[in-house]
This record gives sequence, structure tokens and C-alpha cells, in this order.
Amino acid sequence: MGTIGEAVRRRRSGLRAGAAGRILDFALIAIIAVFLILLGTKVVAQGGSFFLQILTFAVANGGIYALIALGYTMVYGIIELINFAHGDVFAFGAFLSASLLPIFGLREGGTFTAGSVFALLAVFGLTMLACGILNISIERIAYRPLRHAPRLAPLITAVGVSFFLEGVLFLWKGPSNVHYANIIPNAGFELFGATIGAKDLLVIGVSIALVIGLALFVDRTRLGKAMRATAQDRDAALLMGIDIDRTIAATFFIGAILAGAGGTMYGLYYNTSVFDLGFSAGLVAFTAAVFGGIGNIYGAAIGGLVIGMIQSFWDGYFDSAWTQVVIFTILILVLIFRPTGLLGMRVPEK
Amino acid sequence: MLRQFWEGGPRRDPNTIAYVVLLVAAIFFPILVNVITGGNSSAIMTIAADAGVYVLLAIGLNVVVGFAGLLDLGYAAFFAIGAYTYAFLASDHMRVTPLGEPIHISFWIVLLIAMFVAASFGVILGAPTLRLRGDYLAIVTLGFGEIVPRVFRNASTWTSGVNGISALDIPSLPLWLQGPWSGDAFAFVTNFKVISSIAYYVIMVILVIICVILVRNLHRSRLGRAWMAVREDEVAAAAMGVNTVAVKLLAFSIGAAFSGFAGTYYAGKLSLVSPENFGFTVSITILVMVVLGGMGNIPGVIMGALLIYYVIFVLLQQLPEYAVNFVSSIGLSGLVRSSGDYPGIAEFISRLKYIVFGLILVIVMLVRPQGLLPSRQREQELQKGVRDEPVIEDVTAETT
Amino acid sequence: MTVVTAPPILRVDHVTKRFGGLVAVDDVTFDVKKGEIFALIGPNGAGKTTLFNGITGIFPPTTGRVIFQDREITGAKPHQVATLGIARTFQNIRLFEYMSALDNVRLGQHCRMHAKLWDSLFKTPVERAEERRVSDRAIELLQFVGIERYTHTYARNLPYGSQRRLEIARALATNPALLLLDEPAAGFTPQEKVELMGLVHKIVDNGVTVFLIEHDMKVVMGVSRRIVVLDHGEKIAEGTPEQVRNDQRVIEAYLGKQH
Repeated sequence: MGTIGEAVRRRRSGLRAGAAGRILDFALIAIIAVFLILLGTKVVAQGGSFFLQILTFAVANGGIYALIALGYTMVYGIIELINFAHGDVFAFGAFLSASLLPIFGLREGGTFTAGSVFALLAVFGLTMLACGILNISIERIAYRPLRHAPRLAPLITAVGVSFFLEGVLFLWKGPSNVHYANIIPNAGFELFGATIGAKDLLVIGVSIALVIGLALFVDRTRLGKAMRATAQDRDAALLMGIDIDRTIAATFFIGAILAGAGGTMYGLYYNTSVFDLGFSAGLVAFTAAVFGGIGNIYGAAIGGLVIGMIQSFWDGYFDSAWTQVVIFTILILVLIFRPTGLLGMRVPEK
Repeated sequence: MLRQFWEGGPRRDPNTIAYVVLLVAAIFFPILVNVITGGNSSAIMTIAADAGVYVLLAIGLNVVVGFAGLLDLGYAAFFAIGAYTYAFLASDHMRVTPLGEPIHISFWIVLLIAMFVAASFGVILGAPTLRLRGDYLAIVTLGFGEIVPRVFRNASTWTSGVNGISALDIPSLPLWLQGPWSGDAFAFVTNFKVISSIAYYVIMVILVIICVILVRNLHRSRLGRAWMAVREDEVAAAAMGVNTVAVKLLAFSIGAAFSGFAGTYYAGKLSLVSPENFGFTVSITILVMVVLGGMGNIPGVIMGALLIYYVIFVLLQQLPEYAVNFVSSIGLSGLVRSSGDYPGIAEFISRLKYIVFGLILVIVMLVRPQGLLPSRQREQELQKGVRDEPVIEDVTAETT
Repeated sequence: MTVVTAPPILRVDHVTKRFGGLVAVDDVTFDVKKGEIFALIGPNGAGKTTLFNGITGIFPPTTGRVIFQDREITGAKPHQVATLGIARTFQNIRLFEYMSALDNVRLGQHCRMHAKLWDSLFKTPVERAEERRVSDRAIELLQFVGIERYTHTYARNLPYGSQRRLEIARALATNPALLLLDEPAAGFTPQEKVELMGLVHKIVDNGVTVFLIEHDMKVVMGVSRRIVVLDHGEKIAEGTPEQVRNDQRVIEAYLGKQH
């Protein structure tokens, strides 16, 4: 396809030009304005401390989703495939870390000592590693053989792998919600009537650290550069001597260790998980990745934060039964009206 | 059809044999069951009629995925729309809604209405999204598949929410022919209420036959060729005058129409709709049927549907019991009870469904992407990329 | 055959195509007259296929206009361009590999068929008659280009030369007034090139204007009435084969400045 495909893509990127585009922009702004006004009235009605509480919650939620979204966006950027199973790797991280906690002496109701910090780090580390290995295996077994098959093929295997992983988790812990040990101490501090706890600080802090770490990695290291190069132009990268297979595997690995960290934090924060967590969280995280701009790391981080916050605020102030509908509607609308997202480079159209 | 069979070339159809086998099996199945169960065929015939719903769904999804090459992961949404259309239009339900007045339209008319409604939603969803790349279209359809049942669940003023809508009208036929298949003497019956499972079975078979004929006609028409071309090379197809977006939209909405059609039949037979029956698992079940059976090949997906239906709804239901008996008989009865995370052998087996589905999808695509009963053409097409060496695209190509 | 004062069937009017900073086609203007064989030549990378793509709607020109049969078609979509009467082949052969030759050519007639959804679903007599007509015409076209022995063969299994002919047959199936051929003789033996030239003449005799891109000078000089030459996106010469052959700029473009 070469230049023709690229040219077609470029023509269709971005917002619609002309009058139609302006109407859509206006409509979009109008919708956002209405939402904010509705939210505003509720916020005022329920008071500042509630708002701050929800805000804390929202930022933590957003942080976790940012970590998952990064995995989606990196993989899509490099092989133009949505790794449907990525959300399930995240869920696997939650399940695995739950099982590892008691092994390292971290139990609900126990005391959280300095030693516990190291134990927790060990759990994080092992879970992240396991998730990384899992994702690399998935790539090797289910995606790599189909790299040159018609587009539909790896798409279907991706769905299959996702379903398979959910099946494994289903087999492991059954259909109901699974309790996740509450081991983070309740220490916290008051801020304008809202409680900000160790959990919130943990999630927000780790998320920020990992995102910055990733950004630095992609920017400064050789492997990071290889990843960027392969994402931009695989053939040129190949001609430059970059080992494509290894670079792709590395991308899967890194995306997954972030997801593993996210899964662990999800469990520590919400103290629950369920076998199909990957499905719902995955869709939300993917929405975030698209919203922020697929293929763009900063986009994924921002998108994760924004969508996570939308989810939490909607849950907090409106009818939570509709939250998923709202999120998925955002997904569809973004793909229809602004497929490049906020910062995106890739265009989801042919 | 027979003439083409002998004409040779890529149009020679091993499918003809498959159709004949299926037809003969469909006709003799109830007789066989009657004989085996000694007249107590009801339970099995109900299962067979239910399987028919999935056969219809598979035929419909095959048009979208198999013919046009569009991955639809939210096919159950249109199924739900069809079912709820029947619930709204053929029951007392509307009385409890703001509308106040119940609506009772004949089952047969609602079938047509549901097709139209579902197709309309197909157009609404498809028109802005079909130009997206395959992955994104898949996700969009997935999102739609999540939104629709949730809306039905949440909009309780209109849909009774989680409770669903029950006591739907029983379909009735103005005329019906009784015979040995239902265990009675030959006789015409008027205003026949379709209650017995054999009646549902017969209706099902007729509906499937009609659908197969229609879809087959489409496949061998101008539109069918356009689908094949678009699936192969959209740029070339457009250059030859094919309006690719319109063609894809037709596939998508025709698929939606079939799904809605199946939904109405399902609601009519079950006399009940509930938002819980239309989740992602249903969409994936149908996808597995199509992929396993043979994407793009009608008899293939019918067989895939019957096979998967049997495995999931019959085999996997009975397997836990067999497993318990087997395990106990070989002295491992310790496996029967649960301990810790292990739920006991029975529950363990009944939980295998998701893993089985996932494995089928992955293994089929890796090993035999054309499915069990492929069309000749698809066989060649899909085998292509699985073992090919990567080729650096000629970067100087098409630059003159 | 060709009347020099015939109206232009295609006008390319100051067409420029930019890809970011790269100017692929730079302010090119020329006419193609109805009924003639018109050639576009130039060294590799001159922008020839890009120009074809701009004309056929694969992407719109950055500036400039394309006028076909007195109707502006700048920026029209590919399927609209085809329906209006411009058909093309591709430099890298884009056949529907897993469809038979017959089906490829039948597909070409898509935009000239009238079967509606209803007709297709129920195989009405209207549809059946049209399908018969379409199949007959497809076989006619396969005979016209000389590959009727491959009627039922999958396109991917055809020998190379026959594949190029099939692409031409498929393009002709759209009933075009103007046929764009992108390097139709690439990879041909001298014998095949002679046959191709004969085919091109046959096509023009049947009332279709031919506009081709070609590298092989013998073919170009042999069939074309008029030629336009591009180099680095710019038009550097236009005229009859004799005029172009002796044009200094053309010689330099192909052979370098010393000559």
C-alpha cells in the first residue's frame, strides 16, 4: 500500500473541515459545558469536602487507568494491533498479587512495619515481572505468527486470548467478587474536610513515578529509541539494524509491567477484584488511550487521568448505573469525531 | 446449483453436499428423537429449537464477519433489540410504562418490524464508524454491545429494568398441519398457538431454510462480489466503482437485521426477555461458531453453530455429573469436594466455558483459520499469511 | 482516427500535490484529447503515479483542478470517478487474487449494474437476466484481452502477463470513456510488449481514450500520439514523440546533464 495508504489516512485525519466541523466543535463544547454545569450544581449542593474526597478518589482512579492505557497505546503504536488481552493481564496482576501477599507476610489485620514495605515491593516486583512474562508469551504465541496474515486474524486471536485469560481467572476464583486483603494502614490526614489516606498517596505516587519513568525510558534509552523508531517506520528501523522482534517483545513486556503494577494497586486500593475485571477496566482504559491519542504516551497518561476522573465523578455525583454507558459513549464519539484524540499521531481510519 | 457443481473451477461447491446432509438431518431428526425417547421428544426438541436461534445468529454474523470482513464484537446488541422489540409490541408490558396502553401485534409482523428496527440501529452505528480500521470498528461494536443491554437494564420505567419483561404473547399460526411428527393423525388446525417444542422446531427449520436461501442469493450477486472485493482490496474495489462505505453498511445492517429477527423468535419462544441474556459472552459465542465453522461459508457456520451449541449447552451441562461419577469410580473422590480455591470437580468443569472459547478462537486462527468447513476461496485466502516470510515493502514502489 | 481538434476529455489544470514538505507534483497542466493515446513519461520518482492518484480521487490535489468531460472532478472519491467514466490499472497489479478472472471482470461492472438489494435477495428475473448479461460481457472482455482460457482460474494463479491483461479487462468492464494504464508493460517480454501495443490500439478503436504511464520508450513512441514528460514533479515537455525525443530538457532528465 505504501504511499497511497498513508495519503488516504492523512487526508481523513483530524476534525472535519469546514462548516460541519465547526458545528461539531460547537456541539462538543456545548455538551461538555452542560455536563460541567450539572456537575457544578451538584458539587455545590454536596459541599467542598465531599468534592475533595471524590477528587482524591478520582485522581487515584485515573492513575491506575493511566498505567493500563499506556500498555494499550504502546502496543498499538508499534504493531497497530489492539491487545484485547491487556486488560486481562491487569486483572491477572490483581489476582496474582492477592495470592502473593500472604506469602510475604502481608495479611489483613496485621501490623504494617518498615519490613512490610520491602515485602510489598517484592510483591509488586514479582507481579510486574510475571505480567511482563505473560504478555511476552501472548505476543509470541498468538500475535507474532499472524503478523502478516489478513488483519482479521490477529484480531480474533486477541479476543481469544482475552477470553482465555478471563477463563483462567474464572476457574481460579469463580464468578463472584474476590476480596483483596486490606493491608495498607489507614493512616492519613485531613485536608479541608476530606481524608487523604496512605492508599491514595500510594496509588497516586506510584502512578506518577511509573509514568515519568516510562517517559524517561522511551526518551533516553536505546531500547526506548528503538521502540519509537519501530513505531514510526518499521521497515526503516529494520534497515537500521534494529531487532524488530525483540523491540516488539520489549514493548509488550514494559506495557505489562505497568499493568501489573496497576493491578496490584487496584487490589490494594479497592480491596476487591473479579474475574472479568480485565474486560471492563480494559475497555475504560482503551477509551482513555484513544481519548488521549492512540500511539502517544503522554496522551495515554492524560487520557487515563481524564477518563478515570470522569468515571469517579459520575459515580460520585450521578447514577453509577450509567457510568459505563457514559464512558463507552465517549469512546464511540471520540472515534467518530476525533479519532486522533487529544495528542494522537495515529489515525484509526484506513 | 447442481449444474455449478459439475461445471468445475473455483465455483465447484462441496457445500452442496453439506446442504443436503443438513436438510436431511433436519427432517429426520424429530422422527429419530421421537423413536428414541418413545414420544417424549419435548425436552430434546426444545433444545434443538433453541439451537436454531444460534444458527440464525451465526448466519447473520457470517454476513458481517465472513462476507464483508468486519469484526463485530457486539452482535448480541441487535439480538437484544429484536427481543425487546417483541416484548414492547406483543405483550401487556406497555401498560406499566408511561405509554399506558398495551400493544399486541402478531409475532410474524413483529419479526419484520424487528428486522427493520435492528437494521436501523445498524445503520445508525455503522454509518459513522465503518470507515474506521478493523480494530477500532471491533472496539466500537464492543462498546455498543455493552451499552445496549445496560440501557435496557437501566431504563426501568420503560423496560422494567433487571426484572425483564415476561408473559409475552405466544405466537400463533392461522393454520397448522398436524401429523406423525407431533404424534397425531393428519389434520388441519386453525388458530394454532405455538407452544409445543415440535412446532417451534418446524418453524425454526423453515426460518433457517429461508434465511440460508436469501443469504446465498446475496452471496452470489452483485453485492456479494462487492463484499469479496472490498474484503480483499478496498482501494482497488473503490477504483472499480464500488462504494465501499455503502457496501459495508449494507453488510452490517443486514447482519443486524438477522440478529433482530433471531431476537424476536427467541423472545417469542421464551416468552420473556431480561437484560442479562445479551452480554458479551453471547456475542463471543456466536463469533466462535462462525470462526470455528468456517468464516464466509454458510453450511460451515451452521455446523459450527450446532457443534458449539451442543458442546456448551448440552455437553458442558452434563459433563460435571459425568466427571463426578467418573472420578468417584476411579477412586479419586477427593476431587469431588471443594477446598480452598478449588471448587470441586463439578463446578470446575462447568467453569471451563470461557477457557474453551478462548482456546478455540486462538487455535483455529493459528492452525486452521479457514475453519472446519471452509469455502474454497477463503481457505486459500486465510492460509496465505500464516507462514509467509516478512517482506520489506518495496519503498520505491509507486513513487513514479 | 484521432482528430487533433477534438475536445479535451481530461484537463489537468495547474495541479500540485504536496505531502508535507515534499512537492510530488508541481503545477502541472496538460490536456488529454478524446480518442487519442496519450502518454506520461519521466524518470523514477517524477510524480507520475501520484498524478494518476490525484486524478482518480485516491487523494485530492493540494491545489489545481481536474476536469473530465467538462465536469470538475477535483477531489471526487475513487468510486465516483470510476462511475463517471475513468478507469485505471495499478503499477503493482491490484487484482482480487482470490476471485476468479471471471469474477474480477464481473466486479468491474459493479457500477454499471442496476440490481437492487431486493433483486439480489430474491433472485428476481431482473437480477438473473442482468447476471447473465454481466457474465456474457465479462467473457467477451476476457476474450478481448486474450485470456479467456483462464476464465475460472483464481487471479493469483494467472501468469504475470495474463494478470496485467486481466487488470485491463477489469478496468474496461467499468465502461470507461478514459482508461488510465499505469506501466502496463512492466515486466513484459518484447513479444508481449508488441501484443500489448496491439491491445491498446484495439481499445482506442473501440472508442476509449487511453492515457498511460510507461517507462519503455519503444512502447511509448510506438503507440502514443502525444506525450507529456514529468521530472521531479514538473512538466518539462509536451508534444509528439518526435518533438519530445529531441527535447534537450528531456534528454538531460533521463541521461544527465552531459548529454
